[in-house]
Amino acid sequence: MRAHALIVAEADPAGRTRLVDVRGEVPLLPRRTGSRADGGAVVHLVGGAAGPLGGDELTFHLEVGEGASLEVRSVAATIVYPGNGTSRLAVTANVATGGTLHWLPEPLIATAGCVHIGTSTVDIADGGRVRWRDELVCGRHGEDPGDARLGLSVRYGGKPLLEHEFAVGPSAPGWSAAAVLGGAGAIGSLLEVDPDLKPEDPRVLGPASAVLPLAGPGRLTLSLLQQA
Amino acid sequence: MNARTSLLLLADSRLPAGAHAHSGGLEAAVAAGRVTDTHTLRGFLEGRLATSGLVAAAFAAAAVTAATAAAAGGATPGGGVALGGLDGLDLALDARTPSPALRRASRAQGRALMRAGRAMWTLAPCPAAPHQPVALGVVAAAARLDAGDAAFVAAYQSVTGPASAAVRLLGLDPYAVQGVLARLAGDCDDTAARATARAAAGDLPAASAPLLDITAEVHATWEVRLFAS
Repeated sequence: MRAHALIVAEADPAGRTRLVDVRGEVPLLPRRTGSRADGGAVVHLVGGAAGPLGGDELTFHLEVGEGASLEVRSVAATIVYPGNGTSRLAVTANVATGGTLHWLPEPLIATAGCVHIGTSTVDIADGGRVRWRDELVCGRHGEDPGDARLGLSVRYGGKPLLEHEFAVGPSAPGWSAAAVLGGAGAIGSLLEVDPDLKPEDPRVLGPASAVLPLAGPGRLTLSLLQQA
Repeated sequence: MNARTSLLLLADSRLPAGAHAHSGGLEAAVAAGRVTDTHTLRGFLEGRLATSGLVAAAFAAAAVTAATAAAAGGATPGGGVALGGLDGLDLALDARTPSPALRRASRAQGRALMRAGRAMWTLAPCPAAPHQPVALGVVAAAARLDAGDAAFVAAYQSVTGPASAAVRLLGLDPYAVQGVLARLAGDCDDTAARATARAAAGDLPAASAPLLDITAEVHATWEVRLFAS
């Protein structure tokens, strides 16, 4: 299955965010579900089908204009199943000066035997803001995951800010051992990019969780969780 | 491989470039009880090789190419280099190193390696305290080694440093640890070859090891530690 979805958000003269284009195809179906307190738009991805399945090629583009605010969520976890080949989900986003993007989907669950590659490419203009959450769960209850690789590539003002890739599953040597996940069943990451962030020290939140100030204007919170 | 003795000098653990002061995250893994014996050490090394080892190897390879261009007059010292040059590689490594403690450790080792390299060869113009893989590429280029050689040294050092730290921290049998390294030799060669190919294609990897990032910050808060990172 091939599918493409698109959201274009712009600010109107009153400062409220208008969605000037929202398009989707099964299984990527964006629906406006409400508004944020800041006048921004809230969009949920509603599940249009199971998957992604191996062989699916999904692309999703987000465009946040000057002064606009967009929050994207999903109604349920994304469960990646095996199929015919590799499933791919490529998300691209452009955030203009003064624009804000909140990407807060439910977790991605990599089931046994899946082969999945997720890539997120985010281009933030000087003065743009982003909150970007990725959660990867290694298999359903009691299940070893297939191969899943999630990459996040973020540029700010044209310069690389974060290049980060997680890989789990049988093709990723040592992924569950002591250097990478240490037996944890899930990884969560939250990137916050904000030009007004003050310089800060890193903070240790627990034995497997820390807030990491980046070299550029942002911070990355990484947390590993034992599977419930 | 056209300068074999230079290659050995660069890969030698006795090179005075400060590598012995760093455990590559192993000290934190030992303290957390995640590495306790040669079996758990091997898992640690496999994961490190596939993540930070691959990234370091690819950046060392790319830095050889960039340093060779800089030495040939393709760039001016301290700037004027496009993002593909040494400054660009250094920025790209910052973006791949979310942990401030690991950025500091990498730059401290880069500075030490530049100092040792300067005593041996004539180095291309380079950022003052570059990330370690960038410094490795610059020094390798000055020693007339090629991109594949630099990747090979980086991949090798990504496992040998933590392995020798394991002997010191856990009192593991050094013969058994050397056996673990020998069994990883093929993976190391493959990683270096893959890293070299990706660097040549401009497809620099960003494989990350979340526990190395997180525990580097835990480790940095300790008052007493044997290794700097």
